[in-house]
Amino acid sequence: MKFALKALALLIFAVGFCGILYYFTLGHSLGILQPNGVIALQERSLIIISVVLMLLVVVPVVGLSYVIAWRYRAENTSAKYSPEWSHSVLLETVWWMIPIFIICLLAAITWVSSKELDPYRQIIDENPTMTIEVVALNWKWLFIYPKEGIATLNFVEFPKDTPVRFVITADAPMNSFWIPRLGGQIYAMPGMQTQLNLSADTIGDYRGSSANFSGNGFSDMTFVARAVSSEDYATWVTAVQNSDNSLTSSTYEALVKPSESEKIHFYSQVPSGLYDTIIMKYMMPSTQMNGMDMNMTSADMRGI
Amino acid sequence: MNLFGNLTLSAFPHDPIIFGATILMSIVVIAVLSILTVKHRWTWLWKNWITTVDHKRIGIMYLILAFVMMVRGFIDAAMMRGQLAVSAGSAHGFLPPDHYDQVFTAHGVIMIFFVAMPLMFGLINLATPLLIGSRDVAFPFVNSLSLWLAVSGALLLNLSLSIGEFARTGWLAYPPLSELVYSPGVGVDYYIWCIQIAGVGSLLSGINFLVTILRMRAPGMTLMRMPVFVWTTLSAMSLVVIVFPILTVTLALLFLDRFYGMHFFSADFGGNPMMYINLIWSWGHPEVYILILPAFGIFSEVVPVFSRKQLFGYTTMIWATVAITFFSFIVWVHHFFTMGADANVNAFFGIATMIIAIPTGVKIFNWLFTMYRGRITFTTPMLWTMGFISTFTFGGMTGVLMAIPAADFQLHNSLFLIAHFHNTIIGGVIFGYFAGLAYWFPKFFGFKLNEKYGTYAFWCWVIGFFVAFLPIYIVGLMGMTRRLSHYDITTGWQPFLIIAAIGVCIIALGGVFQGIQLYVSFRDRKHNKDLTGDPWDGRTLEWSTSSPPPFYNFAHIPTVHGRHAFWDMKYGEAHMRPQHSSYEDIVMPKNTPLGFIIAAFALVFGFAIVWHITWLCAVALIGIIASVMVRSFDQETEYVVSAETVALIESRRHKTI
Repeated sequence: MKFALKALALLIFAVGFCGILYYFTLGHSLGILQPNGVIALQERSLIIISVVLMLLVVVPVVGLSYVIAWRYRAENTSAKYSPEWSHSVLLETVWWMIPIFIICLLAAITWVSSKELDPYRQIIDENPTMTIEVVALNWKWLFIYPKEGIATLNFVEFPKDTPVRFVITADAPMNSFWIPRLGGQIYAMPGMQTQLNLSADTIGDYRGSSANFSGNGFSDMTFVARAVSSEDYATWVTAVQNSDNSLTSSTYEALVKPSESEKIHFYSQVPSGLYDTIIMKYMMPSTQMNGMDMNMTSADMRGI
Repeated sequence: MNLFGNLTLSAFPHDPIIFGATILMSIVVIAVLSILTVKHRWTWLWKNWITTVDHKRIGIMYLILAFVMMVRGFIDAAMMRGQLAVSAGSAHGFLPPDHYDQVFTAHGVIMIFFVAMPLMFGLINLATPLLIGSRDVAFPFVNSLSLWLAVSGALLLNLSLSIGEFARTGWLAYPPLSELVYSPGVGVDYYIWCIQIAGVGSLLSGINFLVTILRMRAPGMTLMRMPVFVWTTLSAMSLVVIVFPILTVTLALLFLDRFYGMHFFSADFGGNPMMYINLIWSWGHPEVYILILPAFGIFSEVVPVFSRKQLFGYTTMIWATVAITFFSFIVWVHHFFTMGADANVNAFFGIATMIIAIPTGVKIFNWLFTMYRGRITFTTPMLWTMGFISTFTFGGMTGVLMAIPAADFQLHNSLFLIAHFHNTIIGGVIFGYFAGLAYWFPKFFGFKLNEKYGTYAFWCWVIGFFVAFLPIYIVGLMGMTRRLSHYDITTGWQPFLIIAAIGVCIIALGGVFQGIQLYVSFRDRKHNKDLTGDPWDGRTLEWSTSSPPPFYNFAHIPTVHGRHAFWDMKYGEAHMRPQHSSYEDIVMPKNTPLGFIIAAFALVFGFAIVWHITWLCAVALIGIIASVMVRSFDQETEYVVSAETVALIESRRHKTI
């Protein structure tokens, strides 16, 4: 009886605790559980399906451990006791097969989802894919729109329902580019280029951040990812293009210097090939920078 | 040449928190030294502990090291949780990023290298030779050297708190952040050298126990008669021997980058940081199996004894262990699916990772069916085992989840990841080692631990764990990344982080109960004395000798006839019961101070190279080489314990029973 009371108290505590946790999630962004893009949506489904599949085994096993522990406690002398029984080909085969079965299922899911949700894979959509170049700096994010010839700092805007191909590098230690509500992250590495294909299906501001620690100002290395209607996007691009704040190589040199909690900035003119130059400067001694072949960098680094 | 290298007065602490910690550490050190002097214990300390090569004493010293460092590692954890509970919005908490970044780096390094590893080596040292019916390890001197190298590494790490700084890079010091360009201070150098010194110790220990298990087993103990703990130790030690050299070389290359301007891992001049990340994880992933496998072994010893039943599926258990050992080598890429490798590469490593869940699941079933139709008594070792099953399975589940690359893109580097590995390391490794400590404690100290406070501690740890880490899982899902020192208040993370901080307090309470448990057990040691040497009605050889065992472990080396060597002696056929009328001379290794001296030189070397004090580096290196030479020319490293002495010790023991 005393034991039952204790168990009940523990159960009430557990339920109450989960209730409190649930209460505090109300009214806040649930991050990856509240997707606003096709990639994040598929990733959420993948996570939920896999967890449910595994819980199908884990919960019974943990439950069984309590049942067995209770039934075969030393005080319960009426339970069967077979101290020498220690081998059964049938039983052992069964519990090799249970995890093997679940893992085979998960392996199939893994194989398919790895390809479908490969961050490099372009999203198929009636709207053409747009490209945004991303540079992780100490400690801020620079976004370059190569076609529009504009750039932004700690802010990225794109039309909703349009696949966006982010090509990502760093001019700083390694970071990781992550907008949880739009999809998974990928590393931003100096001298390297990675890719991430995302799209948003709802108008809104989404929190983006660096997920890989990069030094002192890391905590404030966040940015706003804004999805807008295509009309608003066009208006915005024109406004930025017409502003007089341009990104020259000297402004860029100033940006590379470490700084924390930078405000949002817009730049109207970006020197062409800036992104490639940023990658290539890690490829050779700095004295040779000027004579290099720019075309080399247009190839995707991956797979070479 | 500068006498002090780069070391100047500015290296000493200015920050009030660090200054306070330095003062506190100094007071503790001075207090310990004064007590030793007042009580005239220096000779005792030197003869019985510092120069000892006895695996049991070395094991105890490993445990002391682990618990001292656990206090520091835990304070770091509490500081982080405290910081995050208050640093929302414009409040930036009490730790500036400079300091906070050192705290989380130190927490990781301490908990893995100077808590989990010494706990593991401590338990292995204590138990393995007794479990295989041996009088000592294969290389007793090397064992002493390994211990003192681990202590030197820990001391160097603690020195960084007071003199200079520790790394601010995260516990694996990814370049290019850890390169000189981005980390110009001495922090990363302290990091490199404290791990290098301790790492050499770990590698030597790995070799030592591998050889011990393969060559020093009692007659009749074939491989398939070894207790499961010995098997898991064998597997873990094989991993140590294979992967620790990778760690040493990787850190040596990073050292060359930093000291000689080379470019192995720098971002420019042909260096490749991705290579470092691959190399460090091809050590780092097997490392977690090095830690968990012995814990699995402990559960496999504890469950049969407290269920009063044979272990179910011994052969299956062994093959599961071997499978885990093998697969742990081919999964390291799952630590960086987000690096942009091809989908096929990621899928391969993801699936390989999941496969590990199969043998692990089999082990859980085997333990459950060992309990099935048993007679289970819920002593603390068994409680920790139940706690392990209830927490570790969920940690394993989130691990398999993150092994799916596409899911990992969303979970990687978030606090979900942090919650996952604490779920496996606390729920698996720590609970396992606590079970092992409670189980073997009477063997090595001669009295049982108090059950009441042990139970309190257990419940605090389990409940505290869930209170601390369930909210961490949730903020991870909400998009909070690791290593943040402050965050925006609109994210809504703060309530969860406050709850997590409360969880840490509950765990701390568990630690307090363990302290009380130790004190109470020691106070009442006369009442809970273990005279028989077999307090749990054990099955394996360690219970066949006295508690604590004599320095030679066994007066007669036992002969083994089956898997339950001691059980057979107690309850088996007459021919299995050893009958001895006389004692024989026993050859034992002599104590030596050289392990301690070499490690002391290693500490000096580490400190000198961190601060670029060239002459001191040279002195320390010469000291190390000279000490090794002295040792290698020493022909008389063993001595004979006469049969009369053995008879005297044994008869004294029999009188007390």
